Amino acid sequence: MSQPQRPLSGSPQRPLSGSPLWEVFVRSRRGLSHTHAGSLHAPDAHMALRNARDLYTRRQEGVSIWVVRAGDVVASSPDEKDAFFDPAGDKPYRHPTFYEVPDEVQHL
Amino acid sequence: MDEQAFTARVTGDDRVEPRDEMPDGYRRTLVRQIAQHAHSEIIGMQPEGNWITRAPSLRRKAILVAKVQDEAGHGLYLYSAAETLGADRDELLDLLHTGRQKYSTIFNYPATSWADVAAIGWLVDGAAIVNQVPLTRCSYGPYARAMVRICKEESFHQRQGFEAMAVLAAGSPAQRRMAQEALDRWWWPALMMFGPSDVDSPNSAQSMAWGIKRFSNDELRQRFVDATVPQAEFLGLVVPDPDLRRDEETGHYRTGQIDWSEFATVMRGDGPCNRERLARRVAAHDDGGWVREAAAAYAAKHAAARAVAA
Ligand SMILES: [Fe+2]
Ligand SMILES: [Fe+2]
Repeated sequence: MSQPQRPLSGSPQRPLSGSPLWEVFVRSRRGLSHTHAGSLHAPDAHMALRNARDLYTRRQEGVSIWVVRAGDVVASSPDEKDAFFDPAGDKPYRHPTFYEVPDEVQHL
Repeated sequence: MDEQAFTARVTGDDRVEPRDEMPDGYRRTLVRQIAQHAHSEIIGMQPEGNWITRAPSLRRKAILVAKVQDEAGHGLYLYSAAETLGADRDELLDLLHTGRQKYSTIFNYPATSWADVAAIGWLVDGAAIVNQVPLTRCSYGPYARAMVRICKEESFHQRQGFEAMAVLAAGSPAQRRMAQEALDRWWWPALMMFGPSDVDSPNSAQSMAWGIKRFSNDELRQRFVDATVPQAEFLGLVVPDPDLRRDEETGHYRTGQIDWSEFATVMRGDGPCNRERLARRVAAHDDGGWVREAAAAYAAKHAAARAVAA
């Protein structure tokens, strides 16, 4: 049960992972678009792809994978979510349900 | 941050996403819970991992490898969910390696026979499923999504364990004895996986209000007992609890007293395998150091070459 004593990890001589974070997108079937599956750490794009295969498609969940460095993703800020999406808020006429269709009219 | 408005929002089933405003306590609670959950997944690879080279057939071995690999995956899903809250992966591992963060006490018990591997799948993964299914509706989006993925994979874990147990239970007298002894060893620790009774678990109420927790520890434990006792009966095995009774009025099984002093001992670090598990984890991490260094050096070399070419 006793194991040789080892220095605890995290010593400056030996960095832990330190590798960048990647966002993983998986196309589950041909005909569907890629969907965000999660993220992982990998030192480079090639390793990120291989790790993504092992992590997110162990049960044939995908036929194609994209990996994107998390730092390269540009996102709208949640703080401005109301203002940012406001312009669409007062335009119900963009939806077909806005319009009244007489009962006797078909195929409209 | 208006905590009341936040609580109202999560009770209204609105999900919280990574960059939303959230109370510090909510963030801290989640980081701790998700990290400890992640630690449990990767430490949980050890009791069964020890049996990969000794699995009784190629079929069982392939299944066990797949299961242990899934647990590694579960750890990785969860660490990245914790990172969306601003936690640092290396720091979380360091907290585990230095014993400042815990993992589930269940993994400090040894798997002493092949039947224990079967019992772990059936009971430990079975209890984990009961715990985890409500977490798929947790208020924090990335945690809930990780749990959806995990729960899908857990049901294979439980079934393969039950199947392996059924084979032993229907086998020779020696095999039946192995199966019964494994149930004797794992039953009570599995019940402890749900944590202390809610009366003694001070953080439960806050976690419920925040939509992190949906059911009390006792409710979840009851659910597990009700599901599992008939399965043991089907196997022809005896649940090691002389006080176990079926309450005819409610249909629920009532168990005897859980020995919480044993739970406290294991929690404190004095279970059968605490030191071994942690030492093994730290060793695995340190032994993998050169691989991480080589991969980083390779990535840096190729990035530099691309920079020159550009
Ligand atoms: Fe798991
Ligand atoms: Fe599992």
